[in-house]
Amino acid sequence: MSTDTAAPGTADVDIPLRAPRKLTLPRVVLHVFLTIIALAWLFPVAWAVLNSFRDYGYTSRKGYVSLGGWTLQNYVDAWQRAEFTKHFLNSVYITVPAVLLTLFLSSCMAFVLARFSFKFNLPLLALFTAANLLPQQSLLIPLFRLYRAVPLPEWMSDSGTLLNSYWGLILVNTAFQTGFCTFVLSNYMKTLPKELFEAAMVDGASIWRQFWQVTLPLCRPPLAALATLEVTWIYNEFFWATVLVQSGDKFPVTSSLNNLRGQFFTDLNLVAAGAVIVAVPTLVIFFALQRHFVAGLTLGANKG
Amino acid sequence: MAETDIETPVAGRAEPPAGGHGGLPRSRRVRRVTGGDRVVVGLMMGVPTLLVVALVVFPAIATVVLSFARWNGIGGLGTIQWIGTENYTNVFTNYPPFAPAMEHNLLWLAILFFLATPFGMFLAVLLDKEIKGSRFYQTAVYLPVVLSLALVGFIWQLFYSRDQGLINGLLGTTVDWYGDSKVNIWAVLVASSWRHVGYIMLLYLAGLKGIDPSLREAAAVDGASQTRTFFQIVFPVLRPINIIVLVITVIEALRAFDLVWVVNKGRNGLELISALVTQNVVGEASRIGFGSALATIMLVISLVFVSTYVVTVMREEER
Repeated sequence: MSTDTAAPGTADVDIPLRAPRKLTLPRVVLHVFLTIIALAWLFPVAWAVLNSFRDYGYTSRKGYVSLGGWTLQNYVDAWQRAEFTKHFLNSVYITVPAVLLTLFLSSCMAFVLARFSFKFNLPLLALFTAANLLPQQSLLIPLFRLYRAVPLPEWMSDSGTLLNSYWGLILVNTAFQTGFCTFVLSNYMKTLPKELFEAAMVDGASIWRQFWQVTLPLCRPPLAALATLEVTWIYNEFFWATVLVQSGDKFPVTSSLNNLRGQFFTDLNLVAAGAVIVAVPTLVIFFALQRHFVAGLTLGANKG
Repeated sequence: MAETDIETPVAGRAEPPAGGHGGLPRSRRVRRVTGGDRVVVGLMMGVPTLLVVALVVFPAIATVVLSFARWNGIGGLGTIQWIGTENYTNVFTNYPPFAPAMEHNLLWLAILFFLATPFGMFLAVLLDKEIKGSRFYQTAVYLPVVLSLALVGFIWQLFYSRDQGLINGLLGTTVDWYGDSKVNIWAVLVASSWRHVGYIMLLYLAGLKGIDPSLREAAAVDGASQTRTFFQIVFPVLRPINIIVLVITVIEALRAFDLVWVVNKGRNGLELISALVTQNVVGEASRIGFGSALATIMLVISLVFVSTYVVTVMREEER
C-alpha cells in the first residue's frame, strides 16, 4: 500500500486544478445525495437499535410507526433466553485460537514463500489463494464425513470426534483463512529489504530466528490489519458452525440467535436486542480499529 | 523507485531448476542451509500446506469423486456403489428445487452485478474526491460489512415481518416479505445488496487511491470531462481491481447461504444451490452422492472464476 501512495510527487503542475470549495449547485446536489444514501444505509441498524429498547406490548398496541414504550428488559430477556454468556464464551473459544493459529501458520508460510525462490512458490501461493475462495458448501460432504470419522480423545471433545467440537471449527476456519493471510503477508514480506536477512545470516542466525526475531516484528502493520479482519470474519462465520456443530450448547453467538425465535411466535423487539448484542463486538472493532479493518480488506485487493 | 531493485534477485528464477533435490533453496543468497534449518523450513511450509490440502483440496476432489456414487454415508467406504452420472441425471431431470435454485443464484448474481456492484463503484468514485464529510459517508455505507450475513437477515426481519415489520406498518399491507415465495427472494436480495455495496465501495476506493494523480491531471489539462476521464483513463487502469471486484461479486452470489438459511433454510422461494447441498447432507435423508453432484456443479462454476482471479493476481505477483 505504502509504495503506491508515495508516488504523487507532481510538483510541476502548479495550477490549482480543483477550484477552492464553493457552494456550487453540483456540490450541493452531491452532498444531498450522499447524505440520503448514508442515512438510508444506517437506517436498518438504527431501526434495530431503536426497537431493541421498546416494549413488545407497547409496539403491538400502537404499531411500529410510533415512539415510546422504552425499556431495557429486552436485553435482559434476550441475554437469558439465548444464553449469551455461554455462546459468547464459545465464540471466544473458537475465534481466538483460530485467529492466532491462522496468523501463525500464514506468517510461516508467507516467510518461506517470500524468502526463498522455490520453483513451486507461485503454484503454492495460487493454491492457497484459491482455497480461500471456494464455496464452503462444495466441500461440505467429504469434510462432514471426515470430521465424523476422526476420533478425538474425551478430554478434547465430549463428542469423541472432530464433528461437534471446537477443534473442528478452529481447524476449518484456519484452513480457509490461511490462504488470504498468506497472500497478504508474503506480499508484505517481499517488500522488506533483503539486506536484513543477509546481516542476520552473517551473524549466524538460524532460519527460525530470522523469521521470529527479524521478520515478524517488522510485520506488525499487516498482522494488526489481518488480526482485526480475521476476528470479525471468524466471529461472524455462520456456515461451518451451523453444519459442523450439532448440539446447541456449542454454537457460537452468531448461530445462537435462532434461540430467540419461538416456534409459532417471535417477539421482534427481543430479536432486535439479541442482534444488537451479537453485533456489539464487531461494531466495537469497526469503530475502534477502523483503520486496520479497512487496511486489511484492501490489502488483499491491492498489491503490496 | 527504489523498491524495484529489491525484486531483481528473483531473476534467478529464469535459470533451469537445480534438479529434484527435495526443495533445496536455489537462491544464491542462501549459501549454507544447515540440516536443522531445512527441517524448520519444511515444517514452516509443510504444516500450513497439509492443513489446506487436508481440509480444502482433498474435500474438493472427494466431492467430485463422490458425485459418481451412491452412498448413504453411514456404512464404511466399502458400501459405496459407483453409478456413473446417474446423480447428475437426477439433479437435472428429477429434482424440482434445482431449477429454481439455479434461477435464484443467477438472479442473485444479476442483481449484485448490475445493481449493487456498479452502485458501490459509483459511490467510491463520488467519495474519492475531496469532499467534506467523506469519512462519514464512507463509514455509513460500509458499516454493514462488519455484520455477518446471518445477522443481516435478522436485522431486516424488522422491516419484513408481516405483523411487526416496518414496511407493512407504513404501507398498511399484510405481505409476509420473508415468507411469501413470490417476493421473498427480492426481500433477501435487498438485504444482501445493502451489505455488498459497502464492500465493493471499500475495495474500489482503495483502488482509486492507488491511481497516479498525474494521470487525471493530464486528462484535466487536456480538457477531458470527469466522466470521460473515468471511463477512458481511470477505469482501464483499474483493470486488476475490476477483475477482483467481478470475481468477488460472482463468488458472493454463488456462496450466498447465511441469509436464506436464517430466513427459512432455503426453501419455499429461497432455494439456492448452497442451501440444497446443505439440506442433502445435514437434513433428514443424507444423500451423499446426490448432494455431491450438486456440490460439484457449484465447484465447477466457482473454479472458472476462482482461476480467473488467481491468474490475475499471480500475474500481478510476477511483475
